[in-house]
Amino acid sequence: MQRIGVFVCHCGTNIAATVDVEAVAEAAKSVPGVVFSADYPYMCSESGQDLVKESVQKYNLTNVVICSCSPRMHEKTFRKAVESIGMNPYMLEIANIREQCSWVHKDKEEGTEKAIMLMKAACAKATLNTPLTPGMLPVTKRALVIGGGIAGMQAALDIAEAGYEVDIVEQKPTIGGKMAQLDKTFPTLDCSSCIVTPKMVDVGQNDKIRILSYSDVEEVKGYIGNFDVKIKRKARYVDEDKCTGCGLCTEKCPMKKVPNEWNLELDTRSCVYIPFAQAVPKVATIDPRYCLKLNKGTCGICSKVCGVGAINYEAKDEIIEEKYGAIVAATGFEIADISRYDEYAYGQSPDVVTSLEYERLMSAAGPFGGHLLRPSDHKEPKKIVFVQCVGSREEESCKGGKEYCSKVCCMYTAKHAILTKDHYPDTDIYVFYIDVRTPGKLFDEFYRRAVEQYGVHYIKGAVGKVTPHKETGKLEVQGYDMILNEQMHIDADMVVLAAAVEPSHTARRMATMLTAPMDNNDFFTEAHAKLRPVESATAGVFLAGMCQGPKDIPETVSQASAAAAKVIGVLAKDQLVGNPCIAHPDELMCNGCSQCAGVCPYGAITYVEKEFRMPNRTTKMRRVAQVNEAVCQGCGACTVTCPSGAMDLRGFSNNEIMAEVDALCL
Amino acid sequence: MQEELIKRAVELMEDGTVNRVLGWQKGQFVYDITPAVFTSADELKENFVYNDFCGDNLSKYLKDETEKEGKVLVFLKPCDTYSFNQLLTEYKIHRENVYAIGIECYGKADVELLRRKGIDGILDVKNENGTLKIATIYGDEEVPMMEAMAERCVNCKSKKHVAYDELIGEDGEVLDSNRFDMVEKLEQMSAQERFDFWQGELSRCIRCNACRNVCPACTCEKCVFDNPDSGLYNKAAADSFEEKMFHIIRAYHVAGRCTDCGECSRVCPEHIPLHLLNRKFIKDYNELYGSFMAGAEVGQVSPMVDFTMDNDAEPSIVQKGGAE
Amino acid sequence: MSVKENTEFQPTIVAFCCNWCSYSGADLAGTNRLSYPTNVKIIRVPCSCRINPMFVLRAFQRGADGVILCGCHPGDCHYMEGNYHTRRRMTLLFSMLNYLGIESARTRVEWVSAAEGQRFVDVMDDFTAKITELGPNRRLEDLRCKKN
Repeated sequence: MQRIGVFVCHCGTNIAATVDVEAVAEAAKSVPGVVFSADYPYMCSESGQDLVKESVQKYNLTNVVICSCSPRMHEKTFRKAVESIGMNPYMLEIANIREQCSWVHKDKEEGTEKAIMLMKAACAKATLNTPLTPGMLPVTKRALVIGGGIAGMQAALDIAEAGYEVDIVEQKPTIGGKMAQLDKTFPTLDCSSCIVTPKMVDVGQNDKIRILSYSDVEEVKGYIGNFDVKIKRKARYVDEDKCTGCGLCTEKCPMKKVPNEWNLELDTRSCVYIPFAQAVPKVATIDPRYCLKLNKGTCGICSKVCGVGAINYEAKDEIIEEKYGAIVAATGFEIADISRYDEYAYGQSPDVVTSLEYERLMSAAGPFGGHLLRPSDHKEPKKIVFVQCVGSREEESCKGGKEYCSKVCCMYTAKHAILTKDHYPDTDIYVFYIDVRTPGKLFDEFYRRAVEQYGVHYIKGAVGKVTPHKETGKLEVQGYDMILNEQMHIDADMVVLAAAVEPSHTARRMATMLTAPMDNNDFFTEAHAKLRPVESATAGVFLAGMCQGPKDIPETVSQASAAAAKVIGVLAKDQLVGNPCIAHPDELMCNGCSQCAGVCPYGAITYVEKEFRMPNRTTKMRRVAQVNEAVCQGCGACTVTCPSGAMDLRGFSNNEIMAEVDALCL
Repeated sequence: MQEELIKRAVELMEDGTVNRVLGWQKGQFVYDITPAVFTSADELKENFVYNDFCGDNLSKYLKDETEKEGKVLVFLKPCDTYSFNQLLTEYKIHRENVYAIGIECYGKADVELLRRKGIDGILDVKNENGTLKIATIYGDEEVPMMEAMAERCVNCKSKKHVAYDELIGEDGEVLDSNRFDMVEKLEQMSAQERFDFWQGELSRCIRCNACRNVCPACTCEKCVFDNPDSGLYNKAAADSFEEKMFHIIRAYHVAGRCTDCGECSRVCPEHIPLHLLNRKFIKDYNELYGSFMAGAEVGQVSPMVDFTMDNDAEPSIVQKGGAE
Repeated sequence: MSVKENTEFQPTIVAFCCNWCSYSGADLAGTNRLSYPTNVKIIRVPCSCRINPMFVLRAFQRGADGVILCGCHPGDCHYMEGNYHTRRRMTLLFSMLNYLGIESARTRVEWVSAAEGQRFVDVMDDFTAKITELGPNRRLEDLRCKKN
């Protein structure tokens, strides 16, 4: 039988002015189960808490009801207090008689009456309270970072710095990501390679970090602290441990006509290749699509020239299984496919390029060694038109564009304009924009510099059509200047399209494996837009970089470090304390219909076949729900879906809530 | 048809495909049919029946039958196949333990409709080209089959078999039925009229639980109304509130899973049109969230556990008359 | 159950509030000393999707004249999707109650954020006024649970 103690707080006059607290304490005495009641000026004070603790011990109380301020204010305080004397903290209920009574009502008589009802409801719920113990989960003290771009590298470095092992899974043969492909970075114009390649080396040399390049995450099972991950190591036909990265095989390889994705297929590479000089790990990879040995059984030159015998044509894809305590998703972005924008003649003329292609054209490591040349005739362009927001800020119904702003295009276009003008001052540059967005440190100054110092022509308007003229080799750009309200015709040598960024095409597959939510654009959704921006709603999964939304390099790096801090917070614990107020199924009632699993936003519900004892010493296999206590967050969506009432929520059980309803209505 | 079914059942039993048959068994009268499991050719030949009164949806019995040793043969009318799929979706049937034969159906008769015509003391009923020739102790009667057909068959939703291993007879199409007409009629009444209608109907409920026990969606291990800890424990309706509560909760629990097979109304000894509650849910979610037919496919996501972020109606449309 | 005797009808109103938005919104109303009728009694639930139709029926059975559910605005749910489920479930439940002839104005769902103390008060003022106008719940009452 419950022995409830009711403690009514005056909160100075905050409660006592509108609620007759003594009357509430007195009324409590006649509530079934209540064996003690008292009122006190400040229940949350040290002495108030002592009163609660002493009374629990003196009257052998099994439950405590505190009539005070909102539970959001002091529920934790009082739970801690009773826990300190050995009482289960979940045997305590709060009646909110301040925020939801004394502060909102004026009439003392009515206020007192409502306070008594609230007290009774809390007692009714308390009567049904059961002691709850949070589950303890072990933690595997290793982290997985999915994606080896700047976000993944930064996160891995920070986690390793704290002393934990990290694996980076990168689908390409090298880490480095998109940042390694950039020429310069805005607004400081430092050389992208010069800052990213030392980072890559740091990652490569860090003995806490293992790089699993040319690999894919195949399966993720488990939950925070205990993820089981299957990783596919694709066959690269070169032994990573033996290869020294000397590059002899790449020189001798006769198959030199493979489109070079590193330079966005603006030039070609050999079939056995190292993506670029500073690649990490610096090992060769054989492209199985083009290799003569693998496809036709001929050639085999690379094997002959390799001094260390690293080439292995028999290599097979390999699946490795690893355990991790936390996962960082840093799957990055791609440039959206803009081939459907016929009006810009992308695909019709090689001189219409995306900004990332332009970046490669300008790069010293690019196809033309840093000389800005037109891809078609290798001549220097004299007149360049930049078009902003290609595929961004557009209704989805309109050619399947992106509704969001890609965020980085305004700034990199200003960068392109400035860099071009720096090297080739006589170039004419036009930028067609909808808005120029430059929020960021030194961003607007940078853009103003392009306009004012460099004389870049910024035109608010749109480009309607780009027509390549074969005879002249010019691109006729028809645009519209919204400010002057007039049509424009520009005979350009090149057109650069600021194509929208979009999440990596592997992101959705990854999100499904991680049971992490995504938005309609396939960006990972953060657990809270304001307060938990680097966490996925799935516990133990953290987000860094473009996979969560468009952002520039410093933002990506900050988010990566923040995600790393969150990962360290998980790995630093020997055990994770769960939330005890979670769903739990009554297996005897569960009918295995699977409706609850369908509504769980966290994928916390699974089903098992279990043997049950039946009458007459028989047994029966039945499918029943199981809640993963580490994953469940306690929303209760499943409890309503369950027609059998088998699924209930601890701390807010059906009967507890109905007891409150009864007490408040009667 | 009956002879054909028996013949095929015997074949399947003899070649070892199945070891028993779930079918319909004749009762004392031509119209009181009960579902039964037959284990031998002799039993089948003696007692198996398939006639105009075989309305029972056999799919629910598969929950228990497929847990037993060996394969069971079941005959499924088109509307029963939907329940069959829904049960599969909910993991209630072990598919490998059942051999399903889809059989054609052109509507079943409801003996109650004959009685309402004043036909009593029925000895035998024969369907001759759409006319029921009825022999009674008072003499012979003739009733067109259409006039004796159960409401759910008049408003048949589908003649298509959505699941079977083998088909006997013809497969049809999903039909454009008028099954929501009565729901619409009720919706157009005033709140007071609706209240009076349902008060009148539900107050006859004797809480015999026949609707629940026959319902292929009611497959809980223990019904909340039988579970003292559920907060809904209720063996008999003590007043009009409890009568309503039972039926609201039951309709809510089967919403999104109910295939509108109409068994609840068929078995109700008080002739309460319970299917009108289920159809209200079906009509609402069809209108609000797009057309959905429980059991049309295995593994469908019911609108009751689904949502859209931007396009779902707000509950306030009920006041505004949107879903009334 | 009003203390003020021989006054007009005082409805009993049960308000289920989700812990993260609406319960905080109600707290904020208190912090800002915004007043709303004492008829409103709040029950805290973790999420609006925790509210089972049987709680709504139970409230009516035990003597509530109006039941209101408050949750985070769609898109803001602490549990990401809970209120989307609430929205569907309650739309269908309310429609069913309405179909049975129970006045649809007795049930309501409102989205109240933690910042909307004033909105919480406005919602409760309006709901209480509507229920008072509607009079006592008769169509979904349990005579055994009647007060007085």
